[in-house]
Parts: sequence; C-alpha cells; structure tokens
Amino acid sequence: MSDIDATSDRHLRGRYAVVGIGETEYTRGSGMTTRALGTRAVRAAVEDAGLTSADIDGMLSYSGNDSIPSTVLAGDLGMRLNFYMDCQGGGSSTEALVGIAMGVIEAGLCNTVAIFRAMNGYSEFRIGGTGRSSGRSALSGDALFGRVYGQASAGQNFAHSFMRHMYDYGTTPEQVAHVKVIHSEHASNNPKAYYKNRVTVDDVLASRMICKPLHLLDCCVETDNANCIIVTSMERAKDLRHTPAKILSVVGRCSKPRMDNHYQHGPISTVAGHYARHILWPNAGVGPEDIQVTGSYDAFTFTTMLQLEDYGFCKKGEGGDYVSSGIMRLGNQRPNNTSGGHLCEGYTHGIAMVIENVRQLRHDIDDSCPIGPDGKRQHTYDYSEGGCRQVKDVELSANLGWATPNTGSALVMQRGA
Amino acid sequence: MPLEGEYMGRAVVINDLDTANQEFYSHCATGTLHLQHCTSCNLMRYPTTTACPWCAGAEYDWKPISGKGAVHSYTEVHHAIDPAFRQHVPYHILLVDLDEQLGQPTEHEALRINGNLVDANGEMAGEDLVNTVGIGTRVRIVFKDMGGGIALPLWTVDEEVEQPEIAWRYPD
Repeated sequence: MSDIDATSDRHLRGRYAVVGIGETEYTRGSGMTTRALGTRAVRAAVEDAGLTSADIDGMLSYSGNDSIPSTVLAGDLGMRLNFYMDCQGGGSSTEALVGIAMGVIEAGLCNTVAIFRAMNGYSEFRIGGTGRSSGRSALSGDALFGRVYGQASAGQNFAHSFMRHMYDYGTTPEQVAHVKVIHSEHASNNPKAYYKNRVTVDDVLASRMICKPLHLLDCCVETDNANCIIVTSMERAKDLRHTPAKILSVVGRCSKPRMDNHYQHGPISTVAGHYARHILWPNAGVGPEDIQVTGSYDAFTFTTMLQLEDYGFCKKGEGGDYVSSGIMRLGNQRPNNTSGGHLCEGYTHGIAMVIENVRQLRHDIDDSCPIGPDGKRQHTYDYSEGGCRQVKDVELSANLGWATPNTGSALVMQRGA
Repeated sequence: MPLEGEYMGRAVVINDLDTANQEFYSHCATGTLHLQHCTSCNLMRYPTTTACPWCAGAEYDWKPISGKGAVHSYTEVHHAIDPAFRQHVPYHILLVDLDEQLGQPTEHEALRINGNLVDANGEMAGEDLVNTVGIGTRVRIVFKDMGGGIALPLWTVDEEVEQPEIAWRYPD
C-alpha cells in the first residue's frame, strides 16, 4: 500500500506487547460464577507471563451487564491497582482496550495491565436476551425501531448488511459457507475447541435456517468461559517468560457514520473496516499483503468475510472469492482463526482470537503435536485432522474485531525479538 | 404521562421525558407517517434523534411523509427469539428506502425505515406473501394500532404501483 509510512516509529509502534495469556475451558455449563471464571483466567495469564499479582497494577474489562468488574477480581487475587476501568461492550472491545492499556501505561498511570472478559454466555446470559437471565420488559427508546419488530438477536440485527452484500456483489451462500468449513478444520486441531468436528459446505447449507442468509452453522457457538491478556511495555517484556507479541498498531471501535442507526448511511454492505484500515495499516507500517495469519471475528461466517474485504485483504466485493479460495486454510497463504474461532472453539467476544495469535507469534500453539525433550512442542506442520495448527515461521498477525457492521477494532502484532 | 400500548403481546411504554418518540408514535396513530425535519438544514431524519445528524441543529418540526418506498434489504426470520413471533415464522423484517430524500444528502444515504411485512390490514404476512417480497419490492406504510393513542409503522406490498420485474430474494 503506497500510503503507508513504514519509515517512522508512529504512535507507539512496537513499544508495547502482549506478554501473558490465560483461558478457562470452553464449556456449556461452567458450574461457576463469572467471578470464579474470571479469577482463573486472570491468574492463568499472570502465571503465563511469569509475573505475580504484585506486578499487575492496571485492569480493564468489558461486559454487557453479564459479568463482574475489575474491583472484584483484583480483590480476589490480592492486587492493588493504580488504574482500572470496566466498560460496556462485546466484540471489538479487546483491541480497543489494548489501545487504552498502552495509553494509560504511556501516560504513567500504571505499568502492567490485565484485560479480561468472563462470561457464562451459554448457561446464564445469552446474546439476544434468551436464557436464564432474560426478561420480557416493556419496549421503549431504541427498541421501538428494532426489537419491537422481532429484531432481537445479533443475526437479525446484522442480516440487512449480509443480504445486501449478496445483492450488491453476487456473493453466494456456498462461498460464505467456506468460512465455517475452514474454521472447523482448524478446530479439529484444537483440543480446547467446543466443536471439533469437521463440516462440509453441504453441511452448512443443509443446517436449518435461522434468519436469511444465516443457517445454524453460519452462526457462532455460545459457551461459558473467561479469557485474559496482559499488556506491558516492550522494555518490561524482555525480562518475561515468553517471546512477546509486539504491538504494531491498534484501532479502537472505529465506526461508520450515523452510529445511532448505521443503516441510514450506505452502502450498507460496507463495514467499519472501510474506515479503520486507514488507521491500522499506516500506523503498523505494514499492509494486509504482509500479514501471515488473521483473526477476523466470526460471530457469523459473513463477519469474517466482510472485514477481510474492507480491511483490504481483497478488493471490495470479492470477499466471497477470498473466503472460498482456500487462502484462509492452515498450510496456505494466510490462515484465519486457526483456533476455529467463535464458530467452533468458543465465544468470548474476540479476546480468544487475540490469544490465539499471541500463541502463533510465540510459535507455541497448544495443539496435539509431541512435546520435545526441551519441553517445547515439536510442530509437525501436518494440518490433517487432529494434527498441527502452528503456522510456520509466522512473524505478523492481524486481529479484526467486530461489534456490528457499524463498529470494529483491529490489532497488528509482530513476533518480538 | 407515559404513552402505553402493546404490539404482539408485548408492552410498549414511551415515558413523558421521551417527547420525540411520544410525538413520532402519536403521529402514527393519525394514519400518516411524520418525520423530524431540521429547520436549519431542511433534512428529515429517522429514527428520532435529539439533534440533526447532519448539522447538529436542535430545532425541528414534523413533516408528513407519503410512506412509500422500495425494499433496500430484508431478513426472513425462521428462528424467532421473541416468543410472540414464534407463531408467525417465517416473518420478514424489511429495511425500506423511502422515496423522499433518497440519495440525499450523499449518494448512499436514504431514510431507511425498519418494519415487519404485513398484509393490508396490518396483520403479519403469511408465507405466500413472504415468499414474494425481496430487494426492490415496492411497499407502502400501514399502521398497527398499539392502543393508548400510539401506532406502529409496518410495511405492506403497494398494490397500486407497478412492481419491478424481479425482486431479489435469497436463493432457495
């Protein structure tokens, strides 16, 4: 991309890193509170980084009135914080909070930040307002223009963009189904994935219709789990346990016009990445052609495609060709969501996709490859079912977080020295 | 006083602080769609807002609208979330470009109004009707009385105008 300034060290490029990652099991029915889940994930990330509770002095979290705040977890883990903030939001929050973490550390508010998301997304609070904690309260405000019409779930809310993309560009259900097919192949090599079975295009198209154009298998899985990542400066990262995932560029909740009701401003088949890419790539000093592994948010098969297209991984309108070309498959040029993503691994509003790419950049993916005498996994790069999912010699990753067609965040990371 | 009604068995409450929505849905009860119209830049807007999305102007009045347009996009819901909608699947949620202000103030903008596809009497469309409507279908607005002096705008096929040769539908 000709407009990229790769010569100057822009906007903290390369000065911060993700140094710790923590996960709980991806389940349906965790049997514990979000507080207990969150505690486990944060503790795991701190340990993974080679740190202790005393080293964590900043905390950030996101939720949708379905989880616990930083104050609770910090107390449980014996942390005294110099900074914390809990914000509203789902997808696109992770990358945005990475940017905030960098900013508050740079400004001297704290030194090392834990970012977490804890949710019982299946057993307690389900997206779209079903499940144990749903209610049928009276409709008012914005609900008068959406929910009143039986437009409640994420799929129902996003479908206008998806259908219009098919209309505008001739995108076919078969093309888009490849997203699920490829992610299911990746998940079959991920012992943690909730769904490990490989599926075919026919399986996707034969699954029951939820709301056009989304079949059941075009939609992500709902799970109970918690995830955490630790962000600190590259200077501190040098002394820690793992090769740092160096942060080159962040975009946080970049949005289309008319955020109150984004369908008012078309083309509605264009998503926030159309704007976000003008921040992401120049600040990173690399372009989409340089990226070796992507984490394009797959709340639905369509969200992966729309974002890859609008961030410039292919020409506008050619997303259907891109996702069905095989390029996103492990072993090919630019695998996407090597964990199996939200469609297969589990659902934590995007943070697990950042964790996956941190593991990729460490060259330490937790697949079934044998562990050698040095305690490190000996990756085979045999991507057949049940095999390896480490991308060979990967140096650069991109995460594309999705909130809605209107809002997205992104993160470019590089394998640290 | 809050305005209280119901649609599909679900309570709708517009409290008295929410004056713009009280006015919007009270106008609907008169049988004519009215949109907020900015007295500074002369543009209309949907949904209701507290200032003009184009010029941030605070002052507005209400402008009556024909309520005719074409389907810009749609979804056909087979798995209802709200229990009241389960007996009506598959049902349509239409996003309709109003004829007024189409392509203004910029090429890809329009007054895009959401709503279920219903028959001419405002009852949820049956499967036969659902199967004929797609992108490009000409529709007109109808209102469903919600009680309490408010009504909800919905869409029905406009029988009085020529329909496009092909309305784009999701491939079967």
